[in-house]
Amino acid sequence: MIPLSWLIALSAVVFAIGVVGVLVRRNALVIFMSIELMLNAANLAFVAFASHLRSLDGQVFVFFVMTVAAAEVAIGLAIIVHLFRLRETVFVDEIHLLKG
Amino acid sequence: MHLPLLWIIPALPLAAVLLNLLIGDRLGKAGTTVLACGSVIVAFGFALRAVLHLAGLPESERHVVEACWTWMRVGDFSADVSFLLDPLSAVMVLVVTGVGSLIHVYATGYMSHDPSFRRFFLYLNLFMFAMLTLVLADNYLLMFVGWEGVGLCSYLLIGFWYERPSAAEAGKKAFIVNRIGDFGFMLGAFMLIAATGSLNFDQVFAAAPHVFAAGGAAITLATLLMFLGATGKSAQIPLFTWLPDAMEGPTPVSALIHAATMVTAGVYMLARSHILFQLAPASMEVVAVIGAATALMAATIGLAQNDIKRVLAYSTVSQLGYMFMACGVGAFGAGIFHVMTHAFFKALLFLGAGSVIHALSDEQDMRNMGGLAPRLPWTHATMAVATLAIAGVPFFSGFFSKDEILADAWASGHFGIWAVGIVGAALTAFYMTRLYVLTFRGPSRLSHEAEHHLHESPPSMIAPLVVLAVLSFAGGYVGIPFQEGGHAFARWLRPVMEAGDVVPVHHELSHGAEWALLLVSVLVALGGIGAAFQAYLQNPDLATSLRERFAGLYRVLEHKYWVDEIYDAWVVQPFMAASQWLWRVWDTVVVDGLVNGVGYTLELGSGMLKLFQTGFVGTYALWIALGVIALFFHFLR
Repeated sequence: MIPLSWLIALSAVVFAIGVVGVLVRRNALVIFMSIELMLNAANLAFVAFASHLRSLDGQVFVFFVMTVAAAEVAIGLAIIVHLFRLRETVFVDEIHLLKG
Repeated sequence: MHLPLLWIIPALPLAAVLLNLLIGDRLGKAGTTVLACGSVIVAFGFALRAVLHLAGLPESERHVVEACWTWMRVGDFSADVSFLLDPLSAVMVLVVTGVGSLIHVYATGYMSHDPSFRRFFLYLNLFMFAMLTLVLADNYLLMFVGWEGVGLCSYLLIGFWYERPSAAEAGKKAFIVNRIGDFGFMLGAFMLIAATGSLNFDQVFAAAPHVFAAGGAAITLATLLMFLGATGKSAQIPLFTWLPDAMEGPTPVSALIHAATMVTAGVYMLARSHILFQLAPASMEVVAVIGAATALMAATIGLAQNDIKRVLAYSTVSQLGYMFMACGVGAFGAGIFHVMTHAFFKALLFLGAGSVIHALSDEQDMRNMGGLAPRLPWTHATMAVATLAIAGVPFFSGFFSKDEILADAWASGHFGIWAVGIVGAALTAFYMTRLYVLTFRGPSRLSHEAEHHLHESPPSMIAPLVVLAVLSFAGGYVGIPFQEGGHAFARWLRPVMEAGDVVPVHHELSHGAEWALLLVSVLVALGGIGAAFQAYLQNPDLATSLRERFAGLYRVLEHKYWVDEIYDAWVVQPFMAASQWLWRVWDTVVVDGLVNGVGYTLELGSGMLKLFQTGFVGTYALWIALGVIALFFHFLR
């Protein structure tokens, strides 16, 4: 049996990688994948706690998160495809029209 | 029971206004004429029917209230839109609709060449609506609606020819001066609400003797404030300066609004409130003195004016002074009697003057008239009747009413007021005869141009003149003196004038005294007429030499005692200076500073905030991440 703390640590590491990915990468697709990484880190934490506490709640929650993630991917990819058609780029630092 | 249908009397002119407004352009000139005159004539018919109904009731029941709807209800206070017909409002409603109908008919002829024909009748009908609301209202609030309505129409009609700067200025002056009076009216009404909790005539008059101490400060102040309102509307000292300038309006307007009806609203209001005024003897004295002073002052100014309409305007101010004099000495009935006869002969004088002006292609200066009698026979004959009536020649209407006022002033012990009134009567006879002689008699002083176009007015203008001439002669016979129990007019008004807890004091004169007073006023009137004939017809050099002998006095009168100039220097200019200060300092610096300050502050703040909105998604993500970390520290610390 793997101790809970290891699983939480792994989740935290994956989440941190996702955050750094969002902050430092320019490519919208990679940023998107980093967000997925963060969501899955959260899923991992849910499952770990569910098994530790012998409760199904956490596992059920994971399904909701996956559903939301799927919907988000559908919309997000559509946006990125449109963006590429309009501006011929997927680098977010080249798209900064909306500023004060 | 058969309904008096009072609401329909003001509603008819209002309906004509709305129709004229909506479809007037499709009606054309003939349609507008029929609509405008028809509505007022039919209103006269309804008024006559209602008054006949009233006359058929026993004397104690002559008080018909017709409630239409509750206008507002605030706490204990409520005001209705409801109309009151009693002998007092009956007189007023007949005069307003009757003289109003005649002037409407006259105006169709007088204004026939004016491009704004339709607009003129729209205003005129609106005026009729407001005036009828004023006289038929059964509470001070609805009366005030009419009061303001006639003020608005007066403003619109004085400035009817708004292309002329003088007309626009005169309209503004009338409106602003009236506002001062209206402010007094409102304050007086507020005091009545505070004391009696109502503005309904019946309730106020029933409560007044119980809530006000007779002669106390409260009732004196309230009545003086209401009298301030009356001085504005009825052109008395100190607010009379607007009326002579109001002559810039078309002549039918001068006849209808500034002679026969609107300017008598102040007298009507005083007569309506006589129960309140009788509780405040000090206010009555003020009314009498102001009335007498105005009568004399305006009569003297009238001596030295050369514009035919201005003479009539000052004459109107002077005659209104007589009406207030009557109210002040407690003879409210005599005041209303003079309102009626004055409406007849002054409307006739203005319409006759309008006929002369029309015939002479808009000449108004009497120095350029003269010798018109054979050329304008109808105008001349009717004007002569009106002149005799206003001068107080026996058997004409003005004689009866003016003499009654003077007799009442004497009988109530106001000998000084009586003396002023007698001098005023002599001056009235003099300046009116002067007007008549300069216009119709003597050699012609017409310009060649005017001589060429000279013509008698069309029948639509002559017919009202003739009707008014008959009324100016015969209108006084409802008030023949020397009758037991008062004359017919006084008996008719008695249910109103003796209503309430306060019974007016009767001053009975012996027949001998009454005859003596009568003789004095007749002699004075004939003396004034004779003197004017002597000075302006038989011996024209006399007028010139008199003018040269008293050049200083003449200058004072010619410049109307410089009242306008004094008001300008003491009231208007300081007011303008204060307004300028408020504009430049208070408004531009303080108010604008506050408003703009709010704007500048927001602009500065948002200028700093917008530095955060870079447009780069990465930056936003960084802020979110930092925010999350900050929240972590906050909650998990």
